[in-house]
Amino acid sequence: MNFPAELKYTKDHEWVRVEGNEAYIGITDFAQKELGDIVYVDITTVGDEVEKEAVFGTVEAVKTVSDLFMPVTGKVLEMNKDIDSAPESVNTDPYGKGWMIKIAISNPAELSELLSADAYKALVGA
Amino acid sequence: MKTTALTQKHISLGAKMVEFAGYNMPVSYSGLNDEHMTVRNSVGVFDVSHMGEFILKGEHALDLIQKVTSNDASVLTDGKAQYSCLPNDKGGIVDDLIVYRIDAKTYMLVVNASNIDKDWNWIKQHDTWGVEMHNISEKTSLLAIQGPKAMDTLQKLTDIKLADIPYYAFAKGKFNGVDNVVISNTGYTGAGGFEIYFENEYAEKMWDNIFEAGKEFGIKPIGLGARDTLRLEMGFCLYGNDIDDTTSPIEAGLGWITKFTKDFTNRAAIEAQKQNGVSRKLVGFEMIDRGIPRHDYQLADAQGNIIGKVSSGTQSPSLNKAIGMGYVKTEFAKADTEIFVVIRDKAIKAKVTKIPFLKK
Repeated sequence: MNFPAELKYTKDHEWVRVEGNEAYIGITDFAQKELGDIVYVDITTVGDEVEKEAVFGTVEAVKTVSDLFMPVTGKVLEMNKDIDSAPESVNTDPYGKGWMIKIAISNPAELSELLSADAYKALVGA
Repeated sequence: MKTTALTQKHISLGAKMVEFAGYNMPVSYSGLNDEHMTVRNSVGVFDVSHMGEFILKGEHALDLIQKVTSNDASVLTDGKAQYSCLPNDKGGIVDDLIVYRIDAKTYMLVVNASNIDKDWNWIKQHDTWGVEMHNISEKTSLLAIQGPKAMDTLQKLTDIKLADIPYYAFAKGKFNGVDNVVISNTGYTGAGGFEIYFENEYAEKMWDNIFEAGKEFGIKPIGLGARDTLRLEMGFCLYGNDIDDTTSPIEAGLGWITKFTKDFTNRAAIEAQKQNGVSRKLVGFEMIDRGIPRHDYQLADAQGNIIGKVSSGTQSPSLNKAIGMGYVKTEFAKADTEIFVVIRDKAIKAKVTKIPFLKK
């Protein structure tokens, strides 16, 4: 499994790519494998300020459904519209085409609480 | 956790394993959609050795079967099988099962893994004849080879002419060099194919040779995940989801395996339901708006009144839409009735659909 070193991770299996005051968020390679074939991603919070660890959406796979949790507090600026028509990109390219939301970070201090790639790898036993 | 004779094989093939009915079982290998379509389009193999098998023998074996099951097993002839259920005495179902008539005095009952002990005790409890019973579950392996290329695959391994075995019939004979293999034209997928029963010691050789025989068709191992989506497209009930100790065969749409030509457990109450009607029914439905129904989600009417709940649901890989089954108040059971599935506090539109979802 692949866990890019430049990303930050959560114990709930989201990744974060920080770009200045903004960040892209998706789910990890481990998470997509656990979920299996993803059918759609339901993001209900675009435009909202969402607290760290609150639910920003859900991901529906054939067999199961899972909540998506905010890694850090922020305003949801946009969702990846391409995954509406191609949800499988979350399976095939979780860190690239499969990104889910872009946020404006409210409290940059929270970033330090996220996991490094190595720490996350250890967490999932990969 | 219990294992089947093939558990190590699944692990070595890289299957994702889960606990199911106390067994360490493969839930997926190459991916659920891929496995599902492999069975629909070609051929796939399921290890379902966790299922339970009982042998009932003797003069009164049929009497006991007639007493505990809802279908009429007296119509079976040698080499025929029948889908049936064990009604309890409170209006529900102990289990659903397949009854095989090996000969007039020998029957095999195939039951769900999660219910082996419950069924065994239930049947024993109703045995006033002293019928000889053997629980051969632990030493019996069961492979389901399903899909349009299943027959071509398996025919390479036996001289028994598989095309001569009708649906819900079986042959007992030499298969892959092993004697007394039960080769049954049954399955849980609607894709056609066979289920084969044999002793554990032959399991690895069976598995390997079946895969060799099916190589030209792109045969693949299939997990329990795809087993569930395949059966759901056909509207087949899953015990524990769609039927259980509290659902009656009539509510569940299993009137066709409930025969009042004979006496059986709780017959009077079930017959009364058949005559007077039931207040809820198991229906199929498909989603109109986006959402995937899941077990235990509530079902509502347009005003938001709760009218029932989902018993099974999934995204259908073949139909590429979300489908489900659930119990609804009888007035909502007609095809095309608009109903709503409550998904994360939102009512998502669906409509009642005739099953099977997947038409031939």
